[in-house]
Amino acid sequence: MTSTGYFGPYGGRYVPETLVPALDELERGWQEVRDDPGFALELEGLQRDYVGRPTPLYRTERLAEEKAVYLKREDLCHTGAHKINNALGQALIARRLGKRRIVAETGAGQHGVAAATVCARFGLECVVYMGSEDMARQAPNVERMRLLGAEVTSVEFGTRTLKEATSEAIRDWITNVETTHYMIGSCVGPHPYPELVGELQAVIGREAREQILEVEGRLPDAVVACVGGGSNAIGLFAGFVDDPEVRLIGVEAAGAASLGTGRAGVLHGARSSLLADDDGQIADAHSISAGLDYPGVGPEHAFLRDSGRAEYLPATDDEALVAFHLLAEREGIIPALEPAHALARALELEADLILVGLSGRGDKDLATVLAR
Amino acid sequence: MKRVSIYLMAGQKTPELAAAAVAGGADLLEIGFPFSDPLADGPVIRLAGERALAEGMRTQACLECLAETRSRVDVPLIPMTYASLLEAYGYERFRDDAAVAGATSFIVADLPLEAAPELPRIQLVAPTTPTERIRLAAERTDGWLYLVSLTGTTGTRDTVSGQLAGLVERARAVTDVPLLAGFGIATAEQAAAAAELTDGVVVGSRAVEIAAREGVEGLERYVRSLRTAVDERAASPAS
Repeated sequence: MTSTGYFGPYGGRYVPETLVPALDELERGWQEVRDDPGFALELEGLQRDYVGRPTPLYRTERLAEEKAVYLKREDLCHTGAHKINNALGQALIARRLGKRRIVAETGAGQHGVAAATVCARFGLECVVYMGSEDMARQAPNVERMRLLGAEVTSVEFGTRTLKEATSEAIRDWITNVETTHYMIGSCVGPHPYPELVGELQAVIGREAREQILEVEGRLPDAVVACVGGGSNAIGLFAGFVDDPEVRLIGVEAAGAASLGTGRAGVLHGARSSLLADDDGQIADAHSISAGLDYPGVGPEHAFLRDSGRAEYLPATDDEALVAFHLLAEREGIIPALEPAHALARALELEADLILVGLSGRGDKDLATVLAR
Repeated sequence: MKRVSIYLMAGQKTPELAAAAVAGGADLLEIGFPFSDPLADGPVIRLAGERALAEGMRTQACLECLAETRSRVDVPLIPMTYASLLEAYGYERFRDDAAVAGATSFIVADLPLEAAPELPRIQLVAPTTPTERIRLAAERTDGWLYLVSLTGTTGTRDTVSGQLAGLVERARAVTDVPLLAGFGIATAEQAAAAAELTDGVVVGSRAVEIAAREGVEGLERYVRSLRTAVDERAASPAS
C-alpha cells in the first residue's frame, strides 16, 4: 500500500477488492471539493442556517467549584449531536459523486438520525443498519429515522450492536457500490474516511479554540472528549493538537477501551488498536452507552496515543451515570451518556481551565438511565 | 481441463470432507480460517465461521486441520482468511507455518493488492476493478486470478452474474494467467456456464451448506455433479 491514508502504522485500506475503486473515487471527489471554494461556501452556509453553528462554548456555573469547566455544546446542533457535521459534508460529497443512495451504520442512533436528516434535506434514499440490541435501547431514534424517511434495517447476528451494523452496511456497499455512497459515521474505516470525517468534524475544534481564546484570553489546560470511534474527539482535538501545552484527553468506556486495553489489528477496513484476542478475533465491547460500545477506534487516535500527544483514560458505566445526573442537576443540561464519560474524568483533573466536548444531548438515553 | 475449486470451512470434519471433495473431482481446495467479522462473506459462510470459532477453530487449530487435510489429499490447498488473523499471527510466520502444514498459496479477502508483499497470494479482482489494476493483480498473483463474478458478498444466486463475461474479457486482454470465477456459483448448471467463460470455478457457500447437511457422501456427490457438468460443457460447448 502507498503511504497515503496512514497515521504512522495505522489506517490504510483493508477491504475486499470490489471497494477499492469506490474508495479511489471518493478520495478524488473529496480532494476536488476540498479545493473548491463553492463547496466550502455551501457547507458553511448550511452549517450556519441548518445545523446552527457555531455552537456555544458554555462556562459551567455550579458543576465544579475550583476550576473553570467549559462545555462545547455540540448537543445544541440540529439533531442533537455532532454527527450532523459529518453527515452534512458527506451528503454534499455524495451528491457531487452522483450517488443517490446512502447507506449508514448507527449505534446510539445519532449518526443514523443525522444521515436520515441530511438525506431528507437532499432528497437521497437512506438505508440505516442498526443492531437489534441497539434498536431496543435507542427506540426513539429508530422512530426518528423512520419519520425522516429512512429505512432502518435490523441486524440480528453477533453482538447485535454497532460492530455488526457496520459490517452489514459495508456488505450492502460492496453489493451496491455503483449507486451507493457509504456514509460512515465516525473517523474509522478505510482511507479516506478517517481523514475525511476528521476534517469535517474539525469545525468543532476550530470554533472552540477561537471561543476559549476570546473569553479566557488563553488556551485551556486540558481538552477532554469521549471516544467510541472517536470523531467528536478528533474534531475537538484538531483545534489544539498543534498547541503542545494543551493536554488532549480521550475518555473511553471501560468495557470498550480499544486504546487503553486493545492491540493492533484490522477491523472494518483499517488497521488500528482493537479489542481482539491473541488470534486476531474481535472481542465484544460492553458499554451502557451504545455510541461507545465498539471494539475499534479511529486510526488517528491510535497514532496520537503512541506518539504521546493524547492520553486515553477509561470511565465506567457507573461513573458516566454519576456525571450524567450531576450535569442535569447542577447545570440543567441532560447530556448523552457518551460525553458523560468525558465529563466524569474531566471533573477529576487537576487543571484550572478545562474544555469538555459535550458531543450530544441525552434525550435518547432517558430509558436506559431510568432503568438503572 | 477446467478446474473446480471447493471451499470448506476449517473444522473437525474438514480433512474427511476434503478427501470426499477430491474424490468427487475437486482440483483444488480452499480452507476457510474463520474470522469474527468477515466483510466479504454472505450469511452461509459467516454462520459457518461462527460455528467453527465456537468449536475452537483458532489459527493454531486451523493449521493443524490444514496439516491433517494435507495427509489425506494431494491437490493444492489454499487457506482463505482475513487480515486480522495475520496481523495477530505475523504475516511471515503465517506464510511459513502454513506452508509447512501443506498450504500451496493463500487468499486474504480484505488485503488489497499493494499490502503485505511478503505473503505471495492469489489476488482477487472484481467487476469494479479497472483494467490497469487487473493487469497489476495478474502480475502479482500466485498462479491464478480469482474473479469475483459480481459486486457483492459470497453466497448463492439464482443465475451466474451478468458481470462475469465483461470481467473475463477485460482480464483476458491483459493477462494469460488462469482465471477462476467465484462468488454466486452454486449449481452444476451455473458452474458449467461460468467455467465455459473461464478456466474454472470456485464454489463456496453451497459446498459448505451441503457438507453441513449431507456430510461426506453428499459433498462427494455434489462435487461430482459440478465436475461432470463442467467437463461435459467443455467437451461440447453450448451454442
